[in-house]
Amino acid sequence: MAKKGDWVRIHSVVLAPDERSGALPEDTKRVPLELWTKGYLSADAKLGEEVSVTTRTGRIVSGTLSDEAPHYAHSFGDFVPELQKAGDDAFKFLFGGDTK
Amino acid sequence: MKKDNSFSAVMARKAEIIKAAVGVDYAQFESGSIAFDYEAMMASTGYSLEDVIGILRSYAIGNTPLIELKNITALVQKISKSGCGARIFIKDEAANPSGSFKVRRAATSVYQAKRMGYPGAIAATSGNYGAAVASCCAKSGLSCIVVQECYDSRGVGQPEIIEKARKCEALGAEVVQLTVGPELFYTVLRMLEDTKYFNASLYSAFGVIGIETLGWELVQQCRKQLGKDPDAVVCTNAGGGNLTGTARGLLKAGCHAKVVAASVDLHGLHMASDAQFNKKSFTTGHTGFGMPFSTWPDRSDVPRSAARPLRYMDRYVTLTQGEVFYTTELLARLEGIERGPAGNTSLAAAISLAQELPQDAVVVVQETEYTGAGKHGAAQLSFARQNGVKVSLGDPRDEVPGESIVLPAHPSLLCAVDADLDHMRRSLITHAASTVDHAPTDGDVAFLAADTKTSEAFVRDALKQ
Repeated sequence: MAKKGDWVRIHSVVLAPDERSGALPEDTKRVPLELWTKGYLSADAKLGEEVSVTTRTGRIVSGTLSDEAPHYAHSFGDFVPELQKAGDDAFKFLFGGDTK
Repeated sequence: MKKDNSFSAVMARKAEIIKAAVGVDYAQFESGSIAFDYEAMMASTGYSLEDVIGILRSYAIGNTPLIELKNITALVQKISKSGCGARIFIKDEAANPSGSFKVRRAATSVYQAKRMGYPGAIAATSGNYGAAVASCCAKSGLSCIVVQECYDSRGVGQPEIIEKARKCEALGAEVVQLTVGPELFYTVLRMLEDTKYFNASLYSAFGVIGIETLGWELVQQCRKQLGKDPDAVVCTNAGGGNLTGTARGLLKAGCHAKVVAASVDLHGLHMASDAQFNKKSFTTGHTGFGMPFSTWPDRSDVPRSAARPLRYMDRYVTLTQGEVFYTTELLARLEGIERGPAGNTSLAAAISLAQELPQDAVVVVQETEYTGAGKHGAAQLSFARQNGVKVSLGDPRDEVPGESIVLPAHPSLLCAVDADLDHMRRSLITHAASTVDHAPTDGDVAFLAADTKTSEAFVRDALKQ
């Protein structure tokens, strides 16, 4: 349960598939245009409920509550051996085999 | 009466919304035919180059170092024929407050927004420009909204774009994220109408004059550090503003270096395709923007784009995704400088072009960008793998955008490929002719010759075909 005033993320559908621009590839035409933004919750609510929030610029926006206290989880990814080998090989090519 | 906010109704109000949100009446520049007065539009900001430099200084922007990449140059000379391998320099634009050159573009827009009394600014961008506008708004005490195309219909976001959202939020912006589709513009129009904010367009004259300082500055640095002008300046090309502004700055400094555009080759991938959105590993600096915005600049969010790259371009080359990731690794591994992948597109091009030039020639790569979680070779290649793209070491010529990424197995395999610039020029000319229902006037022909850096004879010949 998120409380009034909590920082949350909301989701909404801006355009249903039949409301979208005509100039779209077939795969995009079949799906809605969706939107996410963040703001301070206007009243207590559970995930998935229709809510409204006040964003950082003071806009009042409605949508479905999707995340409480949203945070970023992006990273530097997995180890990519090809990238390391490419760099090490170029170093050896320029400076010779001795990498000390 | 409630306002009609359907897609068609909002798009029909586009001209009036943009006029209110940019504060410029574009009708004053029109000839009534194909031609318009480009230089009058650029001058209409009222800011001279010196004014713009002053504005940028007030935001602590510019004066970024011009660094000689001696080890990469040595590597290039090792794989070039005897006597070839030009000196490569890089303008470390990541040293700007927002981490990229884009803040030069944002500063003039945000300064103007503040001066005209707008309460905030909106930027439609998935790239570094969002952070740039957010940075300037923070310093100017204005509100900022950044609208991004970020996710596919599964809700899977490009790591590079997610990092940029984080950075925008860190600098105080409200970030609105959308799924794939050109209706991002519709969403922005609705927000401009509701908020009465300034449209910090990348394509207004304000969005381009700031870049003139970059071209001007790098010439001053070359003269001071090397006692000569650069022979070639390489610009990563997407919407065209980077190249246009830089080239204008070179000319204002009296420098006639060759201006080379470089884009990541994403041929075959549709930019508005939901299924292909996460099959690409570059979200800017690629041919998906670079080609259409070069051959038809007036497809942007303002009636007449200030970014007109074919006016200034001497050559246009493409690089594969693998070549740009590889170059990013070279910059880190051989020069000890870790910078974001997309901005290194022009460096990848320089490594190839320098092999054609003598050793005393100077090639300047005019940008770097910050790197970080999500916006990093390892993050983006891992993401590519998760989305079914094969990653390998080998010959980059074997790369198929959306299916594979091939890092060069040896530096000699990195090779910029020339785009057919004359074909692009003819494409702009014939498209322009199709926008009017009469034969182009003499004024149109002169305009198109300037707009494509060709001659009136070239334009007339293209119109015949």
